[in-house]
Amino acid sequence: MRRMLLEGLFRRPVTERAPTVADAEIDALAARLGVAAKARLGRSLSIREVDAGSCNGCELEIHALNNSYYDVERFGLRFVASPRHADVLMVTGPVTANMREGLERTYAAMPAPKWVVAIGDCAAGCGVFSKSYAVIGAVSEIIPVDLTIPGCPPEPIDMLKGLVGLVEASARG
Amino acid sequence: MSTLRTALLNAALTIEEQKPWPRVTVDADTWRQATLAIAAGNATLSGLWAEPRAVHMAVLDDDDGALMVLTLATPDGRFPSVGLTHPPAQRLERAIVDLYGLLPEGMPDDRRWLDHDRWGVRAPLGDGALIPADGAPYPFLKAEGPPLHQIAVGPVHAGIIEPGHFRFSANGEIVVRLEERLGYVHKGIEGLLTNTTLEAAAKVVARVSGDSTVAYSFAFARAAEAALGIGVPQRAIWLRALMAELERLANHLGDIGAICNDAAFALMLAHCGILREEVLRAAKATFGHRLMMDRIIPGGVTSDLDDVAPIKALTTRIRQRFPRLVELYDNTASLQNRTVSTGRLSPELARRFGAGGPVGRASGRAFDARKAPGYPPYGDLDFKVIRREGGDVDARIWVRIDEISESLELIEQIIDRLPPGPIAYPTAPALRERRVPQAGGLAHEPRDGAMEGLAMVESFRGDVLVWLRTDETGRVLRGTVRDPSAFQWPLLEAVIEGNIVADFPLCNKSFNCSYSGHDL
Repeated sequence: MRRMLLEGLFRRPVTERAPTVADAEIDALAARLGVAAKARLGRSLSIREVDAGSCNGCELEIHALNNSYYDVERFGLRFVASPRHADVLMVTGPVTANMREGLERTYAAMPAPKWVVAIGDCAAGCGVFSKSYAVIGAVSEIIPVDLTIPGCPPEPIDMLKGLVGLVEASARG
Repeated sequence: MSTLRTALLNAALTIEEQKPWPRVTVDADTWRQATLAIAAGNATLSGLWAEPRAVHMAVLDDDDGALMVLTLATPDGRFPSVGLTHPPAQRLERAIVDLYGLLPEGMPDDRRWLDHDRWGVRAPLGDGALIPADGAPYPFLKAEGPPLHQIAVGPVHAGIIEPGHFRFSANGEIVVRLEERLGYVHKGIEGLLTNTTLEAAAKVVARVSGDSTVAYSFAFARAAEAALGIGVPQRAIWLRALMAELERLANHLGDIGAICNDAAFALMLAHCGILREEVLRAAKATFGHRLMMDRIIPGGVTSDLDDVAPIKALTTRIRQRFPRLVELYDNTASLQNRTVSTGRLSPELARRFGAGGPVGRASGRAFDARKAPGYPPYGDLDFKVIRREGGDVDARIWVRIDEISESLELIEQIIDRLPPGPIAYPTAPALRERRVPQAGGLAHEPRDGAMEGLAMVESFRGDVLVWLRTDETGRVLRGTVRDPSAFQWPLLEAVIEGNIVADFPLCNKSFNCSYSGHDL
């Protein structure tokens, strides 16, 4: 292990270059964040993730955000265990009837100001599951959504771009 | 078991045209006899599903991997419970009650399972009576006594994982009972596979469990091809296996890192995470999608491999880096202290539940669907079935480690021997061809030319089963899927007993059961 740790000291980091977010995108986000975003968050956001019925594909890619290539923590973004600690609620999946209460209660447990990011095609519009009796609807039909990142599943770099945009917008707003 | 197979064929009332294994309709007595034979260990229960007026049971012969499906008509909405004598069937039966309203007579556990009283409808795939969506309380099993306390976890967990509820009864730190309550991500997949197009059904099945999307698409394609008599080009067959092994590689790397991380050993997660990411990037470079979703379709594959360089670079890199991670795992006493002898699954229980994948193979059950029943191109490839006897978290990690080596070998063999040619055959001409020889006999065909196919494919988690009934135009009339997790979830409850609460994440992660694949 010592050898690996030593090696780590001298090797260059594998981290991906930060994605650039267009000013227009940030302005659009800032407008949506509204008055609440004016309470600056010191360019850092804590994220609570909830799977409201996904196939786990989106979760795999959200996990990837934490790996050494994307390393979201360098942007002041971190995943937290409790909704009480969270500024951002990240939701995946079409909302199933059985998960509706879990999602609503997680959202209610978050302190204001708070933002909701819907990740993936299912969260955005139920995807291939839209006709099911067990699915209630897209995330925006249950709780207000501030940012949607499409894809099946969206690639980590796309999610990173959206989240960095969110931090920038909240800092600027 | 072949004697059982012969006996069942002899007792059959009718034998259906299901490819490649038979489906036989039996009477209630034969159904009971088969249930007893399974409970006695003469065969393994591989699936149990329903239609509005019938139940189906897939029976697997462990020796040669041959499958057989038994069907029992349920004109009065009842059938003899399989779970009464064979516990692995209990949750599948509870799901049948919830979805179809059929009653397994004598079932030991009649609590609702997937139905949380939230759908606003009872038995949505059966008669579908309306009910209030009030989320009635669920009676958990009791464990009582002065020193015992309960710990309730979920459905929203602390990490980035799928939702489920775990109810621990603990004596101090020692878990005396764990009960799972699942069904939170039930998306009505069997309903979505009723009366739909082949393309739409393929998309749904590819999303049963996102981490096994290649394996599910593979199994779906094989079931559809069997039912419709569609051919597949050689190159597509080999590309399918390449995708399947890349998927196995990515998941095993991710799992090894995640298990070690749950023992607070983040260094392994960091290094395994890098390797996993590199697999996904190679997949994106070669097949255009990191998880290779919707790349396998009935009749072939949708994207060709133009350049083998990214795959070759990937295997070289993993061969360089991975052995040192294995060495790190093997030589870190603090890590071994958490994994060795933790969460032990007995070989007897693994066999009884037909546990597939690393869970079964770490407990001595040498079953791998790539070998038996087997499917192309694996018969032409050289690889070993990894098996360990320990049954603990450590053994499950070692099975994954050794399977990574086997997958690397397989990928290199496939790259070296990839045949040229087309990557897909159109499904339409095959359908027309099939209709011609049937033309004469069509008048005598009682089921309007319905065709059925069954397929079993090895995912990284174990064997997945897909059953499909289509009409002669290829329209899907009914379908079902069965995830390996269906038989692994109950075993997780068993292995945690007597361990400390803090070891649950290790046990859970080393099983890595799918919630979405279970809840369907």
